[in-house]
Amino acid sequence: MGVSRMLRDPWSLAALFFATLVLVPVLVVMSSFLHPVQEVWQHLFEHVLVDLLWNTLWLVLGVGSGTLLLGVSLGWLTAVYDFPGRRILSWALLLPMAIPAYVFAFVFIGLFDFTGPVQGCLREVFGSSTWFPRIRSTGGVILVMSLALYPYVYLLARNAFATQGKRALEAAQSLGHSRFSGFFSVALPMARPWIAGGLMLVLMETLADFGTVSVFNYDTFTTAIYKTWFGMFSLDAASQLASLLVIIVFALLVLEQLSRSRMRYTQAGRHQENNRIALAGWAAWGASLYALLVLAIAFVMPLIQLVLWAYGVFGQDFDSRYFGFLHHTLLLAGIAAVLTAVGALLLAYAARRNPQGMTRHLVRVATIGYALPGTVLAVGIFVAVAWLDRNLLQLLQPLVAIEAGMLLQGSVVIMLVGYVVRFMAVGYNPVDSAMQRMPPSLDDVSRTLGVSQLTMLRRVHAPILRGGIVTAAILVFVDVMKEMPITLMTRPFGWDTLAVRIFEMTSEGEWERAALPAVTLVLAGLVPIIFLSRHGNQNE
Amino acid sequence: MNNKVLLELNNISQAYGDLRVVNHLTLRLDRGQIGCLLGPSGCGKTTVLRLIAGFERLTAGEIKLNGVEVATPAFSLPTEKRRIGMVFQDYALFPHLNVFENTAFGLHQLAKAERAQRAMEMLEVVGLADAAKKYPHELSGGQQQRVAVARALAPSPDLLLLDEPFSNLDSDLRERLSQEIREVLKSQNATAILVTHDQHEAFAMADEIGVMHEGVIQQWDTAYNLYHQPNSRFVADFVGKGVLIDGKVTEPSRVMTDLGGMACDLPSGVKVGEAVDILLRPDDIIHDDASELQAAVVHKAFQGADILYTLKLDTGRQVLSLVPSHHNHKLGEKIGIRLEIDHVIAFGKP
Repeated sequence: MGVSRMLRDPWSLAALFFATLVLVPVLVVMSSFLHPVQEVWQHLFEHVLVDLLWNTLWLVLGVGSGTLLLGVSLGWLTAVYDFPGRRILSWALLLPMAIPAYVFAFVFIGLFDFTGPVQGCLREVFGSSTWFPRIRSTGGVILVMSLALYPYVYLLARNAFATQGKRALEAAQSLGHSRFSGFFSVALPMARPWIAGGLMLVLMETLADFGTVSVFNYDTFTTAIYKTWFGMFSLDAASQLASLLVIIVFALLVLEQLSRSRMRYTQAGRHQENNRIALAGWAAWGASLYALLVLAIAFVMPLIQLVLWAYGVFGQDFDSRYFGFLHHTLLLAGIAAVLTAVGALLLAYAARRNPQGMTRHLVRVATIGYALPGTVLAVGIFVAVAWLDRNLLQLLQPLVAIEAGMLLQGSVVIMLVGYVVRFMAVGYNPVDSAMQRMPPSLDDVSRTLGVSQLTMLRRVHAPILRGGIVTAAILVFVDVMKEMPITLMTRPFGWDTLAVRIFEMTSEGEWERAALPAVTLVLAGLVPIIFLSRHGNQNE
Repeated sequence: MNNKVLLELNNISQAYGDLRVVNHLTLRLDRGQIGCLLGPSGCGKTTVLRLIAGFERLTAGEIKLNGVEVATPAFSLPTEKRRIGMVFQDYALFPHLNVFENTAFGLHQLAKAERAQRAMEMLEVVGLADAAKKYPHELSGGQQQRVAVARALAPSPDLLLLDEPFSNLDSDLRERLSQEIREVLKSQNATAILVTHDQHEAFAMADEIGVMHEGVIQQWDTAYNLYHQPNSRFVADFVGKGVLIDGKVTEPSRVMTDLGGMACDLPSGVKVGEAVDILLRPDDIIHDDASELQAAVVHKAFQGADILYTLKLDTGRQVLSLVPSHHNHKLGEKIGIRLEIDHVIAFGKP
């Protein structure tokens, strides 16, 4: 499609708008190299940057390996074998997704740190010199993030194995492989694109993570951006750090696109439940125990601890301030969910009406914000809006009675733009898959049946798309509730949310007082998992 | 105005940029007839259908339904006002509606009771009354197809358009269903146009068939005539099997070939002494042990009741022969053959 025709198509214009929202913060951040702040940059370069790079590298390698190990092994077990409790475990192993990584982090430290109940108990029993690994360490962060993020790999690996694993294994066995070597020579390579897809999501979450590493005082780019902005008050230096992070993320994104292009959807096989390999004896119990152990550490234990803490501080913390946090959280999440769902709908229509060419690319750009860390978006959007504020409003000042700085101060616009950009993909996917159920021939057939365009929207489009739109809104709603860095860095004064409250309490080491908002977030986080499993069951 | 004619396409054209998809095509279809546009993919047949439906705009010519102009380059009656029904290649059933609701979709102008009655009546006709409460994804391909037909016929359209309606079905079902759908259409006295690339489908469904090539109808005729009296090399080649052999005009209506001399209507402009191509269908060559004319078996394809032999004459020329399958000969074996042609078709050399 030519550019001029594109500009006349309202759907393409919508795609252009949302793509611009993604591109502007990236370009703003990248352009910060044009005017480097010498002294701050010098300081960062000499004292911080090397550490940041090493820390990031270890984190990426560690969390990548950890989630692969957990996700692939659990996915293989639950997809191909049968063992006691498999049915429930297969679903329950997704539950850790409900706990934001930063919540898991502070619960973990609270439990296992020197002053925590576990070490206290050990000292009680074995004496005060009992050795225990240091929790606030590189290993600790990696362990916590692996346990919090493995479900991404698990989900995709399990589905890949479930549709093709058993048959691949049988083919390998018929060619003389043992079950063990069949897994490595056939099943694993076949599932590789899906596993890689899950891994990429994990690594993007890892790079974007702000809350977890803050709790552990483990310096990465995200915390450095925050500290440079709010500690050293240098937005320019923060932008430069953000631009480095963007480069790393983009490298990952290129890898992801490569792995995606090799993903071919095989016939979504209806895997028969009775077609699994039944494990017996110690193997069966070993499998159950392993899955149960992961579930206990990653979900049950932290949940119990959170509830206990929350119960302890309930009388003190369940007050009007809590409702203030909750109110802000729900309000922001609600507005962001509606905006994102509308945006996703516009994008999905744009993609449907222009299946090729420029518009398609714009839609892809508009939905790539999930790869951009919240800290980067916060900086990029803030700088862009500040520029608008300075230049545009000064021009308008003679005409309208607003002062420069009005747009920034006391405006939630930056936050909302940040949410919409970051979570557009989350909203777009369910709307787009609903749109896929509606091929263009459906429009044609409605017209041959004597139905006008408007009636067709009401009788055909609305009912088919409704489910996807609602799902999109709910998923975005929950993600915004849990979102930390954008909210923390760009909220107007007085707009504290549950996530901000958790950040403030945990940075003072008051784990108990972070528990009540954390429990609220975990409960909200369970909603998408129920959606996910319902969708999964429909496929079966 | 001729009351018998339902659909008229007068000299219609359609082009995307420089690409002419439909090229001055003319066609007439009588009420109650089932017509078919048959052609290879890319010949423009689907575009003709979409022009009749009103999904595309004409660049030249006019379309009349019931003697009323519905489309010219300047004017296009909206699809929903043309009183046509359409069955799509992918069936396009509404996934959120059950079979009954799908069938009743186009009956919105009727009162509720009438609507239900008419929808059930149509489901009875296609034999799916029992499946009324099922959803499209619970049906087999053939059942989905029948729902699509019932839905399209329910509002009693003047004209039904079928776009490659059987291409998603396996060949066994395709044949059975095309006959079934023909009976349904005939029972409703419907007028229809079918588009397909499959000649068996066309033969099974249609009263008249137009073979399309490069945006024009090469020949509009019955299946019998398309096979036995093709008017062009393209039609001869596209419809049925056969070979062209060299012939030489010896007398004003006689041609000499490797298989002997034969009487033949010559194409216009061909004179005595000139070379022509003679079309030989597999059923024109009969196996006859008593015949002096012998040919060697080069290839054989067992087809159940018949065997299709590829035979090599002493001159080196190859011909096809359809022989009852109990005459089972080995490769290389020489068998006797004889010509039996009612009407010899000759084409001038290109």
